[in-house]
This record gives sequence, C-alpha cells and structure tokens, in this order.
Amino acid sequence: MRVSAVFLLFLGLFFGLIGLVYWFWAYEDGGAVMLLGATLLGFLPGGYYFFWYRRFHGHKYFFWGKIPVAGERSSDRVDAEMADGAGNIDAFPGTSIWPFVMGMGAFMTVLALVFGAWLLFIGVPLILTALTGVTAESRRGGNV
Amino acid sequence: MTDVIAPPVETHEPTELHLPPEVPGDGHEPDHGGHEAHGPTGILKWLTSTDHKVIGLSYMITSIVIFYLSGITALILRLQLTSPHSSLLSFGQYNALFTMHGSLMLYLFAGPFAFGGLANYIVPLQIGAPDMAFPRLNALSYWLYLTGSITMLMTIFVAGGAAQFGWVAYAPLSSATSSPGAGPDLWIMALALTGFSAIFTGVNLCGTIFYLRAPGMTMFRMPIFTWNMLVTGILILIAFPVLTAALIMLFADRHFGTHIYTAVGCHLVNGLPMRSCGSPLLWQNLFWFFGHPEVYILALPFFGIVTEVLPVFSKKPVFGYKGMVFATMAIAALSTGVWAHHMFTTGAVLLPFFSFLSLLIAVPTGIKFFNWIGTMWHGQLQFTTPMLFCLGFLFAFLMGGVTGIMLASPPIDFATHDTYFVVAHFHQVLFGTAVFAGFGGVYYWYPKMFGRMLRESLGKWHFWLMFIGFWITFMPQYVVGLLGMPRRVASYPSNLGWQSYNIVSTVGAFIIAASFAFLLVNFVVSWRKPIPAGDNPWDAQTLEWATTSPPPHHNFTHLPPIRSERPTWDYNHPDALTVPHGKGAHNGHANGSGNGSGNGRVKETV
Repeated sequence: MRVSAVFLLFLGLFFGLIGLVYWFWAYEDGGAVMLLGATLLGFLPGGYYFFWYRRFHGHKYFFWGKIPVAGERSSDRVDAEMADGAGNIDAFPGTSIWPFVMGMGAFMTVLALVFGAWLLFIGVPLILTALTGVTAESRRGGNV
Repeated sequence: MTDVIAPPVETHEPTELHLPPEVPGDGHEPDHGGHEAHGPTGILKWLTSTDHKVIGLSYMITSIVIFYLSGITALILRLQLTSPHSSLLSFGQYNALFTMHGSLMLYLFAGPFAFGGLANYIVPLQIGAPDMAFPRLNALSYWLYLTGSITMLMTIFVAGGAAQFGWVAYAPLSSATSSPGAGPDLWIMALALTGFSAIFTGVNLCGTIFYLRAPGMTMFRMPIFTWNMLVTGILILIAFPVLTAALIMLFADRHFGTHIYTAVGCHLVNGLPMRSCGSPLLWQNLFWFFGHPEVYILALPFFGIVTEVLPVFSKKPVFGYKGMVFATMAIAALSTGVWAHHMFTTGAVLLPFFSFLSLLIAVPTGIKFFNWIGTMWHGQLQFTTPMLFCLGFLFAFLMGGVTGIMLASPPIDFATHDTYFVVAHFHQVLFGTAVFAGFGGVYYWYPKMFGRMLRESLGKWHFWLMFIGFWITFMPQYVVGLLGMPRRVASYPSNLGWQSYNIVSTVGAFIIAASFAFLLVNFVVSWRKPIPAGDNPWDAQTLEWATTSPPPHHNFTHLPPIRSERPTWDYNHPDALTVPHGKGAHNGHANGSGNGSGNGRVKETV
C-alpha cells in the first residue's frame, strides 16, 4: 500500500509542479485547469492509500493518534504465504445480463440525440431496468 | 449466479507446470477445463459473461475485425495517391476515408485491443486474481465499446456520409456549418460511448491491480506488463474524461446554440478578446490534452508486451526491472505535460515549455531501450515468432522515436507540420507499437488463450512480409514529406516528383496487407489441426503460465509461491543457480520452493 500511495502522490506532485510552472509562465487557464485536475487525480487516491497505510501501521490518522498495528496486506508482504490470504476474496458474479441491457440502453439513448427523441422510449427504460436489475442482483448475491 | 471465491491453495508439490511446446497434434480438440466449462454456452455466454477472459477475447476479436476494416480503408487511400490526379475517389470520399481510417485505428483498434483485450485477459492472471475487480462494469465496458464501434461504422450509411474532419475533428471544421449532417453527430456519439467504455476499463484496471493481487505479489514483483497497464489505467483516467467532456461541448455547439468552440459574438475589451469568449483553439487544447497521453495509452501496453516477451526468449530475467517501472512512470508523467507540441504552428502556445518536456520523454524511453537490449545481452536468444515481432518493434519504434525527437523541436516542426513527414513519424510509432508488438503479444499469448499453438512457419512469413512492407511503405513518406507533400490531400501536382515515392509507398502497403493474410490462415490452421500447447509452451516466467491453457473459470486451482517477479520460472526451475546482482539481492529461497530473493530484486539466472 505504501508503494501505491507514493506512486500516486508522486504523480500528483509532478502534475502540480508543472501546473504551477505552466500557469506562471503561460497564463493559459485551460491547460492549467486540466493539470490541476490531473494533480487532484494523483493526490486524492494517493492520500487515501497513504491514510490507510498509516492506519495499518498504528497511526489513527495521517501522523497523529495511535491504534493497534494491523500490519500490511498479504499482497504487500514479500514473505506472505498463500495461506495468509485465506478467507473469501470477494463475491464475483458468474453471469449477468444487466451489463448487456444497460449497454443497449446507452446505445439507444445516444442514437436518440442523432435520429430523434422517440428512441429515448426504448433507451431510458432499458437503462432503468438494468440499473434496478443490477442493484437487486448485487444485493441478493445471485441472478435476478 | 454469484461465485464466492476463496484464494487458491498453495501447493508444495514440485509438479512441472509446463509441457513441451511441440506436442504432435492428433486432430482433436485439446482437452481442458477452460472458461467454456462454466455457465451458459454459445450466444448466451457471450451476452451474459462477466468473466474477464471472455470479455477480453470479445474485445480482441472485435478490435481485430476493426483493424482489418481500417486496413482496407488504408489500401484504398494509398491507391488514390498512386496517381497525382486519380479519379478513384472524390475529394469528399477521400476525406471521409482518412477520417474513418484514423478513427477506427486509434479509437477502436489500438486502445481497446490493448487495455480492453490483452490487459483484460492477462492482468488478472499475472497477479493471481480470480477476475477483474468489477466484473459487471467490465462487461458494460465491452458493450459500450461494441455499440460505439457500430455507431462509428453507421456513419458510412447515413445521408451526407461519414465525417470528413479527420480523426482530430478540429474546430471550426467540425461545426454544424462546416460539417453538417448525421455522420459527424454519430462520430461524436461513437467516441462518447467508447470514451465511457475506456474510463470504466481504466477504473477496473486500477482497482484490480491495487486490490486483487495474490499474497506475496507485491507491487515490485508485478510483471512489467501489469505495471504498464496500471500506468495506462491512470493515464486513461486523466485523458478520456477530457475528451468525453470536449465531445459533449462540441455536440452542444452543433445543436444547442452554444459557442464554446466558435469566436462568434466576441468583442474586444482593452484590445483583447473577452475571456468568456468561445475559442476554436480551446478544442485543440482539450483534444490534445487527451490526444497526447492517448499516444502513450497506445504505446505503454505494447512496451509491456515487449518486456514480457524478450526475457522469455532470452532465458533471462528482465534487465533493470525497477528502471523499467520508473521509466514507465516518467513517460506517463511527462506525457501529460506535452499536449501542445501538436499546436506549435498555431502561434498560441508556450514553445519552450512544451518543447523541453517533449524532448525530456526521450530519456525514460532511452532507458527502456537500454534495458531491452540489456535483457537480450548474452541471453540464449530464441527467434520464435513473438520474439521476431518484438525485435521488429525495436527497429520500428526507434525510427519513429528519433523522428519524434526531431518534431519536438519547434523549428523542425514548423517546417514539417502537416506534411507526410509527420504521417510517416506517427505511423512508425503506432505501427511499431500497436501492430508489431501487439501481434507479437497475440502470438505469445494465443497458446494460453486457446490451448493450441499457432504455426511458427506461417508466423514468420507474417513477420518478414510485414517488416519489409513496413519500411517500404513509410520510408518514402519521410522523403516526400521533406519534399513538401502535405497530408490529407487526394491529389497533388504532377511536376514535383512526388508520384514515384507514393507508388513505392502503396506497394509497401499491399505487402503489409498480404502479410495479414498469413495471420488469418494461421488462425484457421490452428483451429482445423490443433497442436496442443500445454500450460507453459514457452517456459515462460510469469504467473499466467502457471495455470491451464485456457485457464479455468476464476483462473487458478492452485498458485505457486510468489517470491520474485517471475514465480512460474522459480517454481519450474527450483535448482537453477542464481547469481544476484544489486544490493542485498541474495537473501533468498524464502520457503525452499523458489529461487527468488524475497525482495523482488532482479537476478541473473545461469
């Protein structure tokens, strides 16, 4: 998790630095805003990983407050055995029709912007059905 | 049906995980417990599967079909240029065809083939994961990509025809006034769909790599291909939202009366345009903020393929593992700060800033070249088809890269902008990566995906024809570009000596086309007379070769211990003498079943 955090924070820092240089050299707001967005994209998840890395090592917050040390995840430990990852990884859907239904709904919806609003009568219900279906499927843990 | 997955149990039995490569074919289907063995079959399987392998294959098949279609458009374009005033195509048809060629190749082949196809299939296998982190989102990505591709192809059939503004759709050429009709609108919608598809795939790649690695698969033990896909995923998340937003604004300009990319209604305040005024240059800024990282989104996965193939067929670990990782990060970081080097001639960009950062990219790219050569140095080289394709990549990309450094220099860029020199440059870069390295990856992983081998002889015919055709096609384009021939022209003056170069280039393009017939024949032969591949026909090093070919549903029934960046090699060669290099490299044999050092440092195996 430390590597993930450092990696993302480094990217955010780099984008921030060249964003500053760019702004004060070029005074061009479009590019500066995009570089700011890229900076945040590095800092937000990087900060999240850094927060959790510190928590795993007994820091309640980033630098202050103490909690018991949990240690690194098994995927971040060089000496981890397969047994260290024992337990369920996650629940993965075997099959699901809803992504297909949602894809077709999105297809009809964008075509409606070109060929006419009548296609929305197909596209929007498909998207809503798929959203309902995939939510129910995810909550029940099986096909719906 | 939802499967609750527990981690595969580690085995300590020293079972060989690979079979010899040349098991004679008996004319029967290979017996395997592959991804076909689970859930529905046939068309229903394709519609409902959330298995990353099925989705990855769907991506690859779709994108290769797109590649062949786009190749046909290239041949027609080349035929038009064999004569200065050819009547094969009208100007409008020529414009529509080159727009379609670029759009299909860049948006719908090269990227989706890499991060939708190969990465989808290979990354979970390389890190010991049972699937992608968000399988339903993964399936949705594919359906958006497929419908986006269909939307793009529909543009040919609507009244007014396909878009004619090139793959970059510069404003104001892409406005409703200059490019009316449903074709350009469908082009925008196609890219919006594939843009969302790419964003979802980027999220999935990052989530999978950060969260689903097997125990012991630390970040610095991940194969370089996986590292490159992680960085590509982040670049996708930086670049594609900008493109998608830019497209939505373009659509609003065309239909909802906004003036985001037009200067209509501007007036001067103190001699300057109002800051709230629309600007055609804004499109270029937004587009290239997507477009240049996109070049590396298209290149980094293929760098990863090369970095997988070279060590396997050199029988060595990758040279300078961490150097490769840091070079990838550096390329990605720099690529986000160089977008306006495509806009030098607008006169409205900061030349030294963009020129310096563009030139700087040569440093990490040079490190990669150095490490690729170092990987092969003193190796036991095997010139198999995947290896040949990767060597071809090295030559092709080197040429494209060197001319890229030239173009990063504003004086040269001003002289060659919008000439065939630029066309030759980016075709050498993208053909080198997406085609040489991409199809090298196909030859390399095809045995894993289908459990059968492709024929080496047909593969080598494919490579050599393509390699020869590649140079014959693109080298004359450099020359004719320096002679001043502009790109995107359907006719040219007959008295400037350009025709002979164009004829040679067209001959080369047809040689490339012929080479791809060998690939199709190879696929057919491998299906009609399969040679079973076994689990690890190349004696490869990474984790995907530790499972069956094709892999079972959720990928692994057991995993070898992960003690280095090449766990399958460690497992299959427990007695290999290892000579560490690098500080503290030899502390190893952590559990007695591998020759890894336990700290992920690169070592030489003798």
